[in-house]
Amino acid sequence: MNYPYFFLEPTGISAGLDPEKFKNDFPILRKPVRGKKLVYLDNAATSQKPHTVIEAIRQYYLDSNANVHRGVHWLSEKATEAYEMARIKMQEFINADHADEIVFVRGSTEAINLVAQTYGRKEIGQGDEILITEMEHHSNIVPWQLLVEETGADLQVIHIDDNGELIREELREKLTEKTKLVAITHISNALGTVNPIREIIRSAHEVGARVLVDGAQAAPHLKIDVHDLDCDFYTLSGHKMYAPTGIGILYGKRELLQNMPPYQGGGEMITSVSLTGSSYAKPPYRFEAGTPNIEGAIGLGAAADYLNSIDFDTLSAHENEVLDYATDRLSAMDGLKIIGTSGHKAGIISFVIDSIHPHDVGTILDQAGIAVRTGHHCAMPIMERFQLPATTRVSLALYNTKDDIDSLVEGLKQVKEVFK
Amino acid sequence: MNDSLRELYEEVILDHNRNPRNYNHTPENANHTAHGDNPLCGDRYSVKLTVKDGRIDDAGFEGSGCAISKASASLMLESVKGKSLEEVEHLFNSVHRHLTDHKANEESDDELGKLKVLGGVKEFPMRVKCAILPWHILNAAINETDQMVSTEQQ
Repeated sequence: MNYPYFFLEPTGISAGLDPEKFKNDFPILRKPVRGKKLVYLDNAATSQKPHTVIEAIRQYYLDSNANVHRGVHWLSEKATEAYEMARIKMQEFINADHADEIVFVRGSTEAINLVAQTYGRKEIGQGDEILITEMEHHSNIVPWQLLVEETGADLQVIHIDDNGELIREELREKLTEKTKLVAITHISNALGTVNPIREIIRSAHEVGARVLVDGAQAAPHLKIDVHDLDCDFYTLSGHKMYAPTGIGILYGKRELLQNMPPYQGGGEMITSVSLTGSSYAKPPYRFEAGTPNIEGAIGLGAAADYLNSIDFDTLSAHENEVLDYATDRLSAMDGLKIIGTSGHKAGIISFVIDSIHPHDVGTILDQAGIAVRTGHHCAMPIMERFQLPATTRVSLALYNTKDDIDSLVEGLKQVKEVFK
Repeated sequence: MNDSLRELYEEVILDHNRNPRNYNHTPENANHTAHGDNPLCGDRYSVKLTVKDGRIDDAGFEGSGCAISKASASLMLESVKGKSLEEVEHLFNSVHRHLTDHKANEESDDELGKLKVLGGVKEFPMRVKCAILPWHILNAAINETDQMVSTEQQ
């Protein structure tokens, strides 16, 4: 691919594995926090951004800022070219068949709401069922609750077992000809479980159901291939895969998007407007009302370039090595219990420590420059399933190293010291 | 451990977290109750009071949460038992000021006694809510507000 000048060729990345080198790609990781070396382990909330992403956004404002698809002037052409190039990058990133299957949205949350409010309202009615799982993020629960409230459809749930894996028998029982849509996360944000989505998609298609995969947590860890998966919708959030906040994509199969009514009304999404009625643009523009997040799309494209420059096999091997190391070291700590012990996990470890509340763990770790997430992780049904008010969650990115895990373990020893 | 951490997790706090007083205690003839939570971190408590002749005769709390919120609830009930509602209201205001106002002067803090240890949260803005939550629940119980108290509605 030839890069327009505002996309820098990703630099500073080695094909081999020198995790410290990855750290150097992320300027913020060099800044001390509370006078300590920053150990950033809250990547499932949001990842840090590499230099190339920051620079792509800066260059866009320095050289090409204008509104897209509107002006005939030079800058508008430049901005449009950059925006549409980012769409092609995302098409390639998830191996979609067509660029017009990529809709820019604010993030996974908006993507799911978009599908619920357009596809869902049109295609799902009374007597129909939507199937979700107990391990969904609130963003893949609430939009469906709103939809069934409005349409009279039913919401069915596949529960999880003690390891944090889906109960297969329930999948077989609850997937019926009534099921119109299965909405499922690729990777659980609170447990780290990687779901067997290929198998689920196949089973769903056998009963004629469509499948939406929430890929917010998967995008930074796994090679996503929507063509191969044959999913009907796939959503992701840029900011969890090294891109800025406020940008993400909805992938939808072309024939589905073409038959979906608009989401929001406004400029950009129409072909003509009169005071008596309007006709709507084709996808993806039908779903992109208003001036889009142009800088965000460009940043997202640059993040895809960054990830592509590493190759996912190398990345997974490294991340899994750190995950296994962390799992071993944490399991060896007295009174520490890992929540989510599936054999198929990526990037995330949730845990609790006997009689020490996660909030206190988080505060003490923070004083050592270690950033983790504590709370219910917007997955309250999971907390209820394990009868926990909250957990501490460590989530990894490509720049995390075994040294980071050693710092974490030292920090946790200090936590135990305070509460001994 | 650095100084601000040591101030946050004072021995008194740790003690009340380990052995909370009036915890899971249901006062006889309790006539005032309120619940509250911090939806962001999952802290959740309820407070039960027996108010007689304008005075808190007995009090108890239950629920779960972090060391700061639990110790705060425990210290709170210990100090309000036997006080008149007027005195409690005055105390609530003093505690509120002590936890949130960096300029609160030492003298006015004197009446707080043991409760002063809660001031360690001042250096931890994210934790002020933890310390203050039980006090809001107490307030709601006294005023018989039916609504659930939440740190996110203040």
